[in-house]
Amino acid sequence: MARNTPEVPATSLADIAFMLLIFFLVTTTMDVDSGLRRKLPQWVDKEQLDDNAEIKERNVFVVLVNRNNDLLVDGDYERVENLRDRAKEFMANPYNDENLPEKEPKDVPYFGQYMVTKGVISLRNDNDTQYGTYLAVQNELVAAINELRDELAIDKWGKAYLDLDVDQQNAVKTIYPQKISEAEPKGKNF
Amino acid sequence: MSKFRKDDGKELPPISTASLPDIVFMLLFFFMVSTTMREVTVNVSQKLPEATELSKLEKKSLVSYIYIGEPKPQFQKVFGKAPRIQLNDQFANVEDITDYITAEREARTEAERPSMVTSLKVDVNTKMGLVTDVKQELRKAAALNINYSARKAVER
Repeated sequence: MARNTPEVPATSLADIAFMLLIFFLVTTTMDVDSGLRRKLPQWVDKEQLDDNAEIKERNVFVVLVNRNNDLLVDGDYERVENLRDRAKEFMANPYNDENLPEKEPKDVPYFGQYMVTKGVISLRNDNDTQYGTYLAVQNELVAAINELRDELAIDKWGKAYLDLDVDQQNAVKTIYPQKISEAEPKGKNF
Repeated sequence: MSKFRKDDGKELPPISTASLPDIVFMLLFFFMVSTTMREVTVNVSQKLPEATELSKLEKKSLVSYIYIGEPKPQFQKVFGKAPRIQLNDQFANVEDITDYITAEREARTEAERPSMVTSLKVDVNTKMGLVTDVKQELRKAAALNINYSARKAVER
């Protein structure tokens, strides 16, 4: 007759599992990397760069950041907190102001003929500008456009921009494009 | 005497701990699956800037990182205090970025290449001069999708 082997005690199993658990708890990093998505412009050689592309002054929203992290927006000092509203006013131009950008009629799906702004945001920074300030400015500009898109989406469909389907989002994008151009860096030989 | 006290000698049976390992294993598996071990040790000190308009980087396999910041104290003797670029595990120069991007591109399949993203993890106090150089270099390497890594700003 076969002898019964004594049962293996399972009480310590929990301890072993706990040890592993604690190891993974400690080593876990659950940071999801997040940030501002931007797209760089295509590289162009210096010779091919044409400075002739004329854009009217009223169509450009110039943001300068100097080495002391001060902002100069369309010719006057501005605080970062006010930048968002200024940018929104510029891109939307609700009262068709003479000094704010022109609009041209465009056929936009869902909207029909819509007066789309010709405004462009231009950002230039000094070599000694702090990265933190630069990103704060970028963030405000992106936020301004996102807010405009949201407002339009809610006006039209009663939904936030991110809840629209792709076609609707594209329509809104044509009306408020994310036109933030960064000046070619100067004073260095690339 | 009192209505609620049961003074008959019945004792509660001890709670069985037999299912404790199962519970712990469940937790264990959760953490094993969600864990991502850091592949590179960051040799530069970093305080990421704050922003509100964030989007998440979904596919980690498509992201390559460029770290910029002051070298950590133990490296300052050799590399100095000025902000440096770190690619993979080493300090690098601006000129090395093209090679790095090419290598990263080679490591992905043809189909994945267009949606590759370069994430710039830059310290808040870095001067823009260096960042602009890096950006120009990325443009030359045609790595146009970039992501300025930032933390979620706390509402005040």
